Amino acid sequence: MSGQLKIMTINDLLRQDSEWLKGTGPNADIVMSSRTRLARNIEKTPFSNRADPKQLEQVLTRVKEAALSIGFLKNSTFFRLKDLNEIDRLFLVERHLMSPEHARDVEFKGLIVDSKEVVSIMVNEEDHLRIQVLQSGLNLKECWRIENEIDTEFSKRLPYAYSAKWGYLTACPTNSGTGLRGSVMLHLPALVFIGQINKVLQAIAKLGLNVRGFYGEGTEATGNIFQVSNQASMGMTEEDLIDSINKIINQSIYREETTRKSLALKSREALADRVSRAYGTLKSAHIISSNETITLLSAIRLGVDLGVVKNLDRRMVNELFILTQPAHLQKLEGKVLNANERDIKRADLIREKIK
Amino acid sequence: MICGVCGKNEAMVHLTEIVNDKMTKLHLCEACAKEKGAEMEEHFGMNDLLAGLADLGANLEPGAMSDMKCSACGFTYQDFKKVGRLGCGDCYEAFKKQLDPLLKRIHGANRHIGKVPLMTGKDVKENKTIQDMKIQLERAIVAEEFEEAARLRDMIRNIDNVRPVKNNDDK
Repeated sequence: MSGQLKIMTINDLLRQDSEWLKGTGPNADIVMSSRTRLARNIEKTPFSNRADPKQLEQVLTRVKEAALSIGFLKNSTFFRLKDLNEIDRLFLVERHLMSPEHARDVEFKGLIVDSKEVVSIMVNEEDHLRIQVLQSGLNLKECWRIENEIDTEFSKRLPYAYSAKWGYLTACPTNSGTGLRGSVMLHLPALVFIGQINKVLQAIAKLGLNVRGFYGEGTEATGNIFQVSNQASMGMTEEDLIDSINKIINQSIYREETTRKSLALKSREALADRVSRAYGTLKSAHIISSNETITLLSAIRLGVDLGVVKNLDRRMVNELFILTQPAHLQKLEGKVLNANERDIKRADLIREKIK
Repeated sequence: MICGVCGKNEAMVHLTEIVNDKMTKLHLCEACAKEKGAEMEEHFGMNDLLAGLADLGANLEPGAMSDMKCSACGFTYQDFKKVGRLGCGDCYEAFKKQLDPLLKRIHGANRHIGKVPLMTGKDVKENKTIQDMKIQLERAIVAEEFEEAARLRDMIRNIDNVRPVKNNDDK
């Protein structure tokens, strides 16, 4: 079967809500989203950093051709990144559809995105394929179920670089073996509030998981949002890997939950004060930076979860985290904005959304 | 060489740190390297740390190591040490003496268990079966199911005896 991938534009994406932002799914109060990704390479072709232009073009073509015949991906769009401008590329990063690295040196890079933004496939990132599945809430098992299916379909069409000893061979040895990285985005404001967050994060790290900021490697943890993922990808089956991440995450959720409960009991007024002040600022500010926005949205998200803020829902707050990012603001405005103009546009947008 | 941090233990890990364009060489024992590793990870992230750890477990003469080259893509082990990335799938076999201990350090294991792609040669699948049986064997031993363990051991021996073991398991 062959066909044509759906033609979706960046503006179509802008007009829709990503599936993973909807604020539903297990433990969606604490776990914003879950993600799995597989690193895969085509055999007998050097990895992307070593391949020559001709080989890189071939990888792009072969992956695109393969994707065309996979039923699961029939509602997907292929973007050639060099055809997009810088804002559009940043927009895709902000939506978590691709990594910040993928937005650099874009000559031979591609991206396949399904219409619901559940599946995204980076072509010629560090590895030939990075297949990613995103879900709302704590849903790693569902991510893996979808991921596994898509990967199996690709493996019928593309011969993967694979060894019986070391599994799927990747450009960086940290990803070899299963090539699987499972990660969840945790919102842990209560643990930060009582000053226990470092203890919890250290425990998570000791158990073999990595902790990073909102946009992955090398980014800061603003807005009390932490991205936690497995470090090891070899020596365990995919299912066991997902299970082990789930177990550790469940512990962290439990800690955050009990802290929230005790805060709600013992420090109700202090909590209500903080949340209401955040709400007041967002509702009335005319100039607001991205960092301040994220910090205040974090407080409001906690307020929604604890019933202190009643007229907003979690989905709206989740969306605001993304919509208030620089490229999203510029796409909404339809033109390039400098930092000052963005701060004004951001404040306008927030006032409009949470009036 | 003695560890440059605690001054007590034998240095096992040699790291090169570049801060503000100045290069510092660090020779650390395992315990201090772990601590340093955690510290550095905050600054550089895991992947950058890799290049520094690439010497780990290399028992070859320095000269022999710099000569090592992947015949498929021409990448050298020195290249890997510089960029922390390999050149192609064949590099794994070419540098296996260095990579195997490194993989063990990164993942806590240096053998894959888990998914096998559909399009692979017969050898891969046979090897995979043996590996899976070896894992089952380990599990049986841990669970003290010795009859099952003996059965698996014999099965693995049989396959290994029939099949000449060659370096044909990387594709």
